[in-house]
Amino acid sequence: MVSLLDIIGPVMVGPSSSHTAGACRLGLIARALVGGTPEKAKVELHGSFARTGTGHGTDRAIAGGLLGYQPDDERLRESLTAAPEAGLEITFENTKLRGDHHPNTTRITVTRAGKTATLTGSSLGAGRILVTAIDGFPVDVTGAYTTLVVVAHDEPGIVATVATALAEEKVNLATLRVSRRQKGGDAIHVYELDSPPDPHAVERIRGLKAVKTVRVVERVS
Amino acid sequence: MMHESVQEAVEAAEAEGISLGELAIRAEVEGGLRTREEVEAGLRRALDVMRGAVDRGIKGDLRSVSGLVGGDAAKLAAGQGPLAGTPFVDALAAALAVQEVNAAMGVIVAAPTAGGAGVLPGTLLGLAKHHGSTDDDLIRALATAGLVGAVVAVRASLSGAEGGCQAETGAAAGMAAAAGVELLGGTPRQAMHAVSITMQGTLGLVCDPLGGLVEVPCVYRNATGAAMALAGIEMALAEVGFPIPVDEVIDTMGKIGREMDVRYRETAGGGLAATPTGRRLAKERLVQLKPRKD
Repeated sequence: MVSLLDIIGPVMVGPSSSHTAGACRLGLIARALVGGTPEKAKVELHGSFARTGTGHGTDRAIAGGLLGYQPDDERLRESLTAAPEAGLEITFENTKLRGDHHPNTTRITVTRAGKTATLTGSSLGAGRILVTAIDGFPVDVTGAYTTLVVVAHDEPGIVATVATALAEEKVNLATLRVSRRQKGGDAIHVYELDSPPDPHAVERIRGLKAVKTVRVVERVS
Repeated sequence: MMHESVQEAVEAAEAEGISLGELAIRAEVEGGLRTREEVEAGLRRALDVMRGAVDRGIKGDLRSVSGLVGGDAAKLAAGQGPLAGTPFVDALAAALAVQEVNAAMGVIVAAPTAGGAGVLPGTLLGLAKHHGSTDDDLIRALATAGLVGAVVAVRASLSGAEGGCQAETGAAAGMAAAAGVELLGGTPRQAMHAVSITMQGTLGLVCDPLGGLVEVPCVYRNATGAAMALAGIEMALAEVGFPIPVDEVIDTMGKIGREMDVRYRETAGGGLAATPTGRRLAKERLVQLKPRKD
């Protein structure tokens, strides 16, 4: 459904809704995966992001997202200067990702407090994004919801256990996707939620025996 | 639920005796996503950002990321041509200003996209300056523009990569034409004719930015897009109609976009981007990192 405020909006820093606003949102999600401003970030740019990214401010937009700036934050322009001041060491390189990828795709690897996370994500146009991989697991994260990213040992009943915990904490699920790299290894669960979970719910899931990590990604659009 | 036909929206507005802008706001509220207060607040914020972008750009001290554009809005605003001081020149200068802000990574409203963000505020604020419009009038006009844009999104496209510049500045001009008619007190039917007249004038317009960047010709094309909207507004208010129904004009834009060669859809492979000077400027000014194999 097309909304009036999608057409007369979004309010954003220019020059391109896909190369700037969408790129910033991908940075915001990478930031959320490590729970704050990373100490190190490696940003690989693919396709049109690589060809025209610098002129479109894609590098500054991703850096801004990593610093927690929203797409309409004018500080995006100066984010490459602000990054070292905020303790973020960021490097960019052009790459050609293997497989089928949208022309506007980036792979971002971030490290904070000893934790590392990698996402691959695309900017689809009009500021909409899709994260297609987290830590090598295939996912579909749109950023349109508060999203819970859970990595857990792949064992019977684990999805039901997490979903039950969410239900008992009165958190409604919008979508759920589970994927894994191999049977009996670790699986990634992506829960898109209608409302942000309270910290108690997150702690409860974190306390489950099979659960390795729980990350909350706030909605970015 | 937004409308999928401008014609039907006009008939609905006439039947209820309301403006297209009011119809659009009611449809958005009935869609259930937002309350009327939220819709109006969202449009009010858009209006504030549009005004801020015009004021910022018209100062003339901004340069784009590549350095290729900037300062032209100020030149036009200070110009002494035969149309200086008219709504026409004020609209063109405001459209340039917003797009110069966009190219310099300033804050704009993507309406409908960042690449076409100058046309609507340029046209409306240029007219409002001379007409004494209130903020409420402008908000309703923005809603009218949104209604037209939503129809174009569904029936055709709002993406240069999909439909060329006719889908960005062309669609923006059609939106601005309807909004301008409403702002000046015209009828929904006149607004409809303004959309048709304006968009027939932008059919086939290619998206050919130098180096793929939203700079050249995008900044200039926002001004000429506003000019096309003003042509449609002036003609429609004088009761000029257009023989092809508005929805068919919009469908035609979509069809031309689908048939348009990929070189003319934001890839910098054709048009002005592929001229000798276009290629040279892209190479000189738009230096990129060197590709590396995975």
